Amino acid sequence: MAALTMAKALNEGLRASMEHDPKVVLMGEDIGKLGGVFRVTDGLQKDFGEDRVFDTPLAESGIVGTAIGLAIRGYRPVCEIQFDGFIYPAYDQIVSQLAKIHARSRGQVKMPVTIRVPFGGGIGAVEHHSESPEAYFAHTAGLKVVACSNPVDAHFMIQQAIASDDPVLFFEPKRRYWEKADVDTTMTPDPLWQARVVREGTDATLIAYGPMVKTCLDAATAAQEDGRSLEVVDLRTLSPLDFPTVFASVRRTRRAIVVHEAPSFVGMGAEISARLSEELYYEMEAPVLRVTGFDTPYPPSRLEEEFLPDLDRVLHTVDRSLAY
Amino acid sequence: MCPYELHVRTRLVPLDRTPRGSAARAPPPAADPVTPVPAPRVTRRPVSLTELSPTAPPEPASAGPTSSTSGAELVQLLTPEGERVHHPDYDVDLTDEQYRELYRDLVLVRRIDVEATALQRQGELGIWAALLGQEAAQVGSGRALREKDFAFPTYREHGVAWCKGVDPLTLLGLFRGASNGGWDPQEKRFNLYTIVIGSQTLHATGYAMGIIKDGAVGPQADGSDGEAAIAYFGDGASSQGDVNEAFVWASVYNAPVVFFCQNNQWGISTPTAAQTRIPLYQRALGFGFPGVRVDGNDVLASYAVTRHALDTARTGGGPTLVEAFTYRMGAHTTSDDPTRYRLASELEAWKLKDPLERMKSFLYKQQLVDSDFFGQLQTDSDALAARIRKGCLEMPDPDPLLMFDDVYAEMTPLLQEQRAAFGSYLEGFADGGHR
Repeated sequence: MAALTMAKALNEGLRASMEHDPKVVLMGEDIGKLGGVFRVTDGLQKDFGEDRVFDTPLAESGIVGTAIGLAIRGYRPVCEIQFDGFIYPAYDQIVSQLAKIHARSRGQVKMPVTIRVPFGGGIGAVEHHSESPEAYFAHTAGLKVVACSNPVDAHFMIQQAIASDDPVLFFEPKRRYWEKADVDTTMTPDPLWQARVVREGTDATLIAYGPMVKTCLDAATAAQEDGRSLEVVDLRTLSPLDFPTVFASVRRTRRAIVVHEAPSFVGMGAEISARLSEELYYEMEAPVLRVTGFDTPYPPSRLEEEFLPDLDRVLHTVDRSLAY
Repeated sequence: MCPYELHVRTRLVPLDRTPRGSAARAPPPAADPVTPVPAPRVTRRPVSLTELSPTAPPEPASAGPTSSTSGAELVQLLTPEGERVHHPDYDVDLTDEQYRELYRDLVLVRRIDVEATALQRQGELGIWAALLGQEAAQVGSGRALREKDFAFPTYREHGVAWCKGVDPLTLLGLFRGASNGGWDPQEKRFNLYTIVIGSQTLHATGYAMGIIKDGAVGPQADGSDGEAAIAYFGDGASSQGDVNEAFVWASVYNAPVVFFCQNNQWGISTPTAAQTRIPLYQRALGFGFPGVRVDGNDVLASYAVTRHALDTARTGGGPTLVEAFTYRMGAHTTSDDPTRYRLASELEAWKLKDPLERMKSFLYKQQLVDSDFFGQLQTDSDALAARIRKGCLEMPDPDPLLMFDDVYAEMTPLLQEQRAAFGSYLEGFADGGHR
């Protein structure tokens, strides 16, 4: 078992998928010789050749549009969108085409396309490099959306996403790329479409995914010093969303706080809150609260620590929840 | 007003276009490519009419990627050795002082770039996108702009910003993460930097359509002869749908816009050959307007070609694609490591074509400068660098509550609520939330 960064764990996962299925091809900007700007595809072109790992022209709509064509031809493309903010030129191909082809063809045409997206802030980047666009895609029927939060999940979830016959938006928390964990590549992973309780607690449930899972775990550790016991659920999959796991947790703690970097308005937290109020109305002690980015454009990076939910804001909201 | 007005000498050849829009309607250019129209004040031969003909033989597909810099296709007025050469269609005739000023611009713009790169290395900037090697393309084209001409930059046009009077320290604010812009685009006639690749080419085209609708093409009541827009982009961006749509729009509306493509040979790690199989400037033909490749390391040629394209646009001749053939001598940004994907020998070869060195040689050979000139320039350059450094180190972080302001022209209740709540939250900290 080796300690791997998330970037390396993804790299090893991609490698395993390519070894397993010769139809898996990787495509994107600067993923070949450079190995991607985050080095997630480092060395794969060298080992698998330019036919299977190729640099595309600089055009995101082109990347996804041609991936659709490759899928029709029987390939299993894995697209890299270099940064979250660059996915929008491909939005039409993803939402109007990729998401709908299976339904339109009554299942005759599968779309096993994975779109990898480094997302979220916290790296001091300039505009369009720190966005959290997951809700746009979770809102679209026909797409599946997942977000890994740690190297172990990253390693297995990318393989499971690639193996899926549905199109998957695969969000990678870029500020966690260099955090390490021991990865046992021989273990049997959890199914892809399951959330996971990553810390057990009794007083409230923090619900998060991607980069905010670590923030919530840190908050839970800090809260423990104050004698509070917080449970943390890592959603892992945003669409479909594993409501049974979420409901079971909140049924125990009777309080829920959703944490994400994306703005609150019509975000993932809104959907989770609505479903919790539908299912657990009489069992909760407090309304579902949210800790999110503000409903503003992502700010210049000198302000990103204020914009992003952090330990203080999570604990502040826990206090509010417990005050009910 | 730009100090370089009215010095471009070119041959007068009628172009096959008249402005479209509210003021003047003409048949689409492709319908009758030989209809004579009044000659614009200055013009040139971008491509022959036979080249525009649909029967012209296409490039053989087997030819593969082409990136030749040799032969007549490249407009050059100054060799890498600083020899003044002549081109049949383009020329400049500047005063001695103007030649010196161009060199001064090149030196100061490079100094800004070097200083910013150093500040990033010292942790004062989050990132910097260096223009190293592209000074001549930017200063040449930037100085060709008139005061009213509106430029739409990418995120690397620090040299054009300089020509448009944007304080370099303002640019640093963006890369430091203190702002997303900082200058008034309307006042400077210089749009905010655009980071998503290629988007701004459509903005420039739309702006140019507005110039037509305002009747600001051709002779004006005040004696001037119209306005133009210029869109900056790179070889990588040429693959984007937006850029190709901008070409279509500009052509169809005969918009007064110049597409200024700095082909610096690399889109991060991807060579131009991976974006195109024909020289980029030739793409313009397919869209119905002229394209020209200029030596982007030659400030005089960059000036002459851009100046001409702008004048063509402002007088109703429509768009031109200028491909400035140059080289990104540094990394894509300070986050990039070009040693992973390109050979050091390539950089060494391009160093011999350095845009500053050739202009310096020219000034020496023409005996336009003396040691006092260089001494003064060094002093000015040092002072500029010191001012940038000091200003960067002293630049305050913005007030966190500014995030909420200016998102909308009319603030929404949701944001007012969030702003107030976050303000109260920050006040709950002993230090008022300041880190």
